[in-house]
Amino acid sequence: MSADWRPRASLATLRARARMLAGIRAFFAARGVLEVETPQLSAAATSDPALHSLATRWPGPDGPPRYLHTSPEFPMKRLLAAGSGDIWQLARVFRDGERGRQHHPEFTLLEWYRVGWDHRRLLDEVAELVGALLDGQPLAAPEKLAYRDAFLRHAGVDPFAGDAEPLRRAVAAHGIDAGPPPAAADLDYWRDLLLTHAVEPHLGRGRLTFLYDYPASQAALARVRPGDPPLAERFELYWQGVELANGFRELTDAAEQRRRCEQANAARRRHGLAEMPLDTRFLAALEAGLPESAGVALGVDRLLMLALGLESIDAVLAFPVERA
Amino acid sequence: MAIYSTNEFKSGLKVMLDGDPCAIMENEFVKPGKGQAFNRVRLRNLKTGRVWERTFRSGESLEGADVVDVEMEFLYGDGEFWHFMHPETFEQFAADANVIGDAAQWLKGQEKCTVTLWNNAPLLVSAPNHVVLEVVETDPGIRGDTATGGTKPAKLETGAVVRVPLFIEIGEKLKVDTRTSEYLSRVRD
Repeated sequence: MSADWRPRASLATLRARARMLAGIRAFFAARGVLEVETPQLSAAATSDPALHSLATRWPGPDGPPRYLHTSPEFPMKRLLAAGSGDIWQLARVFRDGERGRQHHPEFTLLEWYRVGWDHRRLLDEVAELVGALLDGQPLAAPEKLAYRDAFLRHAGVDPFAGDAEPLRRAVAAHGIDAGPPPAAADLDYWRDLLLTHAVEPHLGRGRLTFLYDYPASQAALARVRPGDPPLAERFELYWQGVELANGFRELTDAAEQRRRCEQANAARRRHGLAEMPLDTRFLAALEAGLPESAGVALGVDRLLMLALGLESIDAVLAFPVERA
Repeated sequence: MAIYSTNEFKSGLKVMLDGDPCAIMENEFVKPGKGQAFNRVRLRNLKTGRVWERTFRSGESLEGADVVDVEMEFLYGDGEFWHFMHPETFEQFAADANVIGDAAQWLKGQEKCTVTLWNNAPLLVSAPNHVVLEVVETDPGIRGDTATGGTKPAKLETGAVVRVPLFIEIGEKLKVDTRTSEYLSRVRD
């Protein structure tokens, strides 16, 4: 008889999950932020080459593809453009190809937007929310660390040095064996290798660490602040070496947004991935006018895993995908 | 041979890397918030025994290695090769000194060994975990000394040298753990 009908998470963990979700609801209710729900299925999908959407078809097996969302970002921005004001959502999101100790193809993402705020103000609110949810954890005051300073401190190299050679040397100096680099190895390939292997393990030790001011090439849907170098107005939250949240000062320029989506699709073509249909309604909303805003998405399962001192994301899920 | 993508990597999978057969021991998926995902993989090179960590871009793939473990009977050594026989096909395989390695010192004939074949040629030989061998050389035994816990070296019929209790005599048969070279017990015929 197979025993895998049983839940993977303990009952105590499921209770802690329920408490965390109640804590999140209470936090936003007290601040007058509107809870919303947006569709999981969409005719459009993210074109980010590092994200892989799962798909089904509707209507029926012969209908056109419908993609399961990897985050509720596009429809939530359509709500903002329609005048919703501050909104938040607990979304079940789906990412293909992501499976590991800290990755599960289906997970709970907390995403929220603040109208009229910038990413720095939102970063402080993330620290307040996480601090409230981790009440009782002995944490020092949050650390705010520029992406460049994190590399200088933990990888011993300037990520904005201009060419790949110093980054390649730092990869070797850290004993990272990644085999021959891909033909298309750009600066971000070397930066991502160093970030995941040499920098991230040091972040969020005994306190929350926020990385901010990312390379413009990693802006995703964040604004880029002109300068030398230009910097993406984006932050990430780390605790215990684990990435928990990603926030942006939102890009509101529709033309620039369209350009980035098309560039991402071009990158998909270069990597041999299928192009994704652009979300034309999202682009239309930006053309109609997205208010100045900042938004962030936080992985609830990972936060719960760390809060309970558990080793794997599976331990906070009732039924991980292999027994779902 | 099959091709395996990083998302199929799991402990025990045998793959070809840089021309050598390797066994995957651990596979960890890592990804920055936005950007390139990697798999940090611990591997053992099955030819050299080297264990190390290699990072792959997620979605990269490796060719599977045709590596199988077969229980075979050790027949004899001719000084250059150690000869084994497949129990079902009776096919014979010859392992050289490189392949036999430390296992040689435990083998005298008829032992069931695990022979790892790569493309149908011996790659590794593991001696049975336990063997029984006769002592051919050791200092005279101290009769009745089963309490002091002292030990002395003893040479076995295959040439292996193990530490044994002081009461062991030449001509006795000993059970030995080949993984640790440890004496386990005397064996009486």
